[in-house]
Amino acid sequence: MNGAVSSSVRNGTAASIALLIVFLAAWQWGPGLLGIPTFIVPPLSMVATEFVHAFKFDHLLFHTGITVGEVLAGFIIGSLLGAFIGYALGMSPTAELALSPYILALQIAPKVAFAPLFILWMGFTVYPKILVAILIVFFPVMVNVLTAVRTVDPDLVNLARAFKATRSQIFWKIEFPTSMPPMFAGLRIGSTLAVVGVVVGELVGGNVGLGYLLTLGEGQADTPMVFVSIVMLTLVGGIAYLGVILIERRVLHYLPTRAVGNL
Amino acid sequence: MADVVRLEYRNVTMRFRESSGRNELTAVQNVSFSVHDGEVVSLIGPSGCGKSTLLNIGSGLTAPTEGQAFVDGERVTGPNAHVAFMLQKDLLLPWRTIAENVMFGVEIQGVPQPECKRRAKSLLESFSLAEFSDHYPHQLSGGMRQRVALARTLAVDPHVLLLDEPFSAVDAQTRMVLQLDLARTLKKAGKTALLITHDLSEAVTLSDRVLVMSQRPGTIVEEISIDMPGRDNPIARRHNAKVNDYVAQLMDRLGIGLLDQAQGAA
Repeated sequence: MNGAVSSSVRNGTAASIALLIVFLAAWQWGPGLLGIPTFIVPPLSMVATEFVHAFKFDHLLFHTGITVGEVLAGFIIGSLLGAFIGYALGMSPTAELALSPYILALQIAPKVAFAPLFILWMGFTVYPKILVAILIVFFPVMVNVLTAVRTVDPDLVNLARAFKATRSQIFWKIEFPTSMPPMFAGLRIGSTLAVVGVVVGELVGGNVGLGYLLTLGEGQADTPMVFVSIVMLTLVGGIAYLGVILIERRVLHYLPTRAVGNL
Repeated sequence: MADVVRLEYRNVTMRFRESSGRNELTAVQNVSFSVHDGEVVSLIGPSGCGKSTLLNIGSGLTAPTEGQAFVDGERVTGPNAHVAFMLQKDLLLPWRTIAENVMFGVEIQGVPQPECKRRAKSLLESFSLAEFSDHYPHQLSGGMRQRVALARTLAVDPHVLLLDEPFSAVDAQTRMVLQLDLARTLKKAGKTALLITHDLSEAVTLSDRVLVMSQRPGTIVEEISIDMPGRDNPIARRHNAKVNDYVAQLMDRLGIGLLDQAQGAA
């Protein structure tokens, strides 16, 4: 059975790499063959050249660093806040009942729509971008933690109570660990959403970050620059997601490997 | 020591408000019985007759509407370190290793770590689970998991064990092995136990006495002393012809078989 699994993994990886090669080749030669002008879809080599150029002359690394910083700050603050409020509401049904309509309203509201407002409030700084990210990361983490705390097996809590557990023992020994798998599911979603929040903030206003490079490229009809920014943003999001997965693997090491899931 | 009463229910009545909120429902009506030191008593009865309610009252998780429960002569007002319960579900924590799961109760009760570890080790050894100490629950079979749950229950060294259908979720053969484990352990440690079960032969082979409860509102309608040797070996007891007589007696008392005719007539 082990052999079957590893051979299916090997086949899958081989197919993935083959697909990548096909995609890159199509990118390089496809536009030319189809007669698409380079300002619409620049071929791979042009984007690569632009990448080197942006790295040398447009402070690509600096802008990436700003975006990474904002994503990290927004993701960490947003998930801490989400987890904290999730536990608090999970343990107080009254508070949840009182707040749930507003939470729902805020959850339905498209968080990125707040970006212009935050920029009005805080100017062309990094803070409105971080704030959008916080807001967007907050919900999936909070909702998952809240649901997890709410659905803890009551028999498990009774077992602890029968052993004379205190409220804080019940939290730390049962509720908190039970909430870990759903919390990580929320963090995975949050890690990619944080990038979306930050980019929208940067698109709306400011003169730093990858979102700014996107608007710069657009303004100058510099399509390769737009592509470079998109690639970098995808990388940032991908690395954030990978980071969460790696931490999740360590924390949830006790789960059967299939339950932790793949990328 | 045999005359020491470990667990006693005195005129216990339990009423619940129905979920509609209008009617009150009497689950248990004026139940009185006691379990002596080292005795194993089974409680049988139709579904919903309030057996589990009695167990929750004994463990201090719920307070009775009327009457009192006593453990070691002290009135039960809340969870009590002398009582431990075990359910049909093993309730093992997936993020804890087997040894850590056994330590769960003692750890909560503030027993120092080295002592917790020592108890877990010796219990796992006595249940032949020592080699699985560092495994996680999902790596064990259902029967093994239930044995770990029993070890966790015993780790707190309770005077009284409350067992709510502990083996009803495992297959018939594993169940017999687990029953043997339980019976031997109870006998060796001289523990007192109240066992709730639907399995009539389990009740007969494991107990000193069997209490029969009626339909809701549940009351105790019969008490049968099991006069057979070998309470520490239910497998040997199963070979005893008397088991069938006791089971037949319990079936009659519960009205099994008669119930269908009664319903057919109505």
